[in-house]
Amino acid sequence: MIQSLDPRIAREKINEENNIAPLTEMDNWETYEVFHQKKRGDQHIHVGIVHAPNPEMAFLFGKEQYGRRGISVNMWVVKTSNVFASDYDDSDIFDTVPEKQYREAGGYKVMSKINKYKKENTL
Amino acid sequence: MEHIKELLYKMADDLLILGHRNSEWTGLGPILEEDIAFSSMAQDKIGHAQALFQILFELGEAEPDTNAFMREAKQFHNSQLVELPNDDYDFSSVRHFLFDHADQIRFNMLSESSFEPLAKVARKIKGEIKYHVFHADIWLVKLGNGTEESKARMQSALNMAWNYALGIFEEGDYELQLQSENIFAGEKELQKRWLEAINPIIEKANLKIPAESDWNPILGGRKGYHTEYLDQLVNEMSEVFRIEPNTEW
Repeated sequence: MIQSLDPRIAREKINEENNIAPLTEMDNWETYEVFHQKKRGDQHIHVGIVHAPNPEMAFLFGKEQYGRRGISVNMWVVKTSNVFASDYDDSDIFDTVPEKQYREAGGYKVMSKINKYKKENTL
Repeated sequence: MEHIKELLYKMADDLLILGHRNSEWTGLGPILEEDIAFSSMAQDKIGHAQALFQILFELGEAEPDTNAFMREAKQFHNSQLVELPNDDYDFSSVRHFLFDHADQIRFNMLSESSFEPLAKVARKIKGEIKYHVFHADIWLVKLGNGTEESKARMQSALNMAWNYALGIFEEGDYELQLQSENIFAGEKELQKRWLEAINPIIEKANLKIPAESDWNPILGGRKGYHTEYLDQLVNEMSEVFRIEPNTEW
């Protein structure tokens, strides 16, 4: 008999040579990506992954794992296999040549002037 | 005040004992995510019990911790359903389903109670209970429609738990007074609404409620009559507290 200080285990009277059931495919549920929204209108943000047999249960687990701090108003769960992901070998497609300032908004310096005007003219 | 105290004690004790039982799954749950979810709900239950023990304290009863940990089994007013051992996950989920529907309806009824402290607690914990019921329903429907084995196990767990679940609605000595003072509409009304709520979900899970001719509520819990299992639970639950009852934790 397995001796344990944990009364839950001791009560079960488990034999030492108790064979643990081998893993079956049921033990390997698919993963779902969990996204939560902090307030209505905000973007949903990726917070982690859960294993689940269906979307409803993925939501159940997602809520407890990532939504129990009371800061979410909404949650999405998406099967990981439904996400198309780019290859890390292709990371260089995000590289961009620097000489293209004409395409960037950095040239618009007017915001600081607007803010200054607003500040000076508040009631 | 005796009528309100009786109501509070049976609710608080149900929640404390079931919360403790369910927490025994911590670390032993079927999968990690479910282990976390089930443990977290068990903690919610103990939190709900604490809120009720706090009201009892304000009505002149012992402090919440003392009340929870210093009583003997026969002084508890919980239904026998909640003290039964966890058995396998089939029984634990079915009990969770049967109890939490009754819990949700009871607190919904109480959210309009004329006894404001209780109505306030009921409104505050509404969201947590909603999740508990949501969780219970999804598991029941999933396992009821799963494999032959899962279906058979859920059905036999339901058969086993049924008469104990009917014991939740054991009437107290103050039913009429609670009703006439608009504090609580009573156990009969609660049981009626409970049956209406669980019926469609049990049907969706492809399970069957035992035939009405076999209904035989297991009573006595509310009056302090318990199974041998409550003794063991109370001793284990209180073991640390009783070593040094005056310690500040």
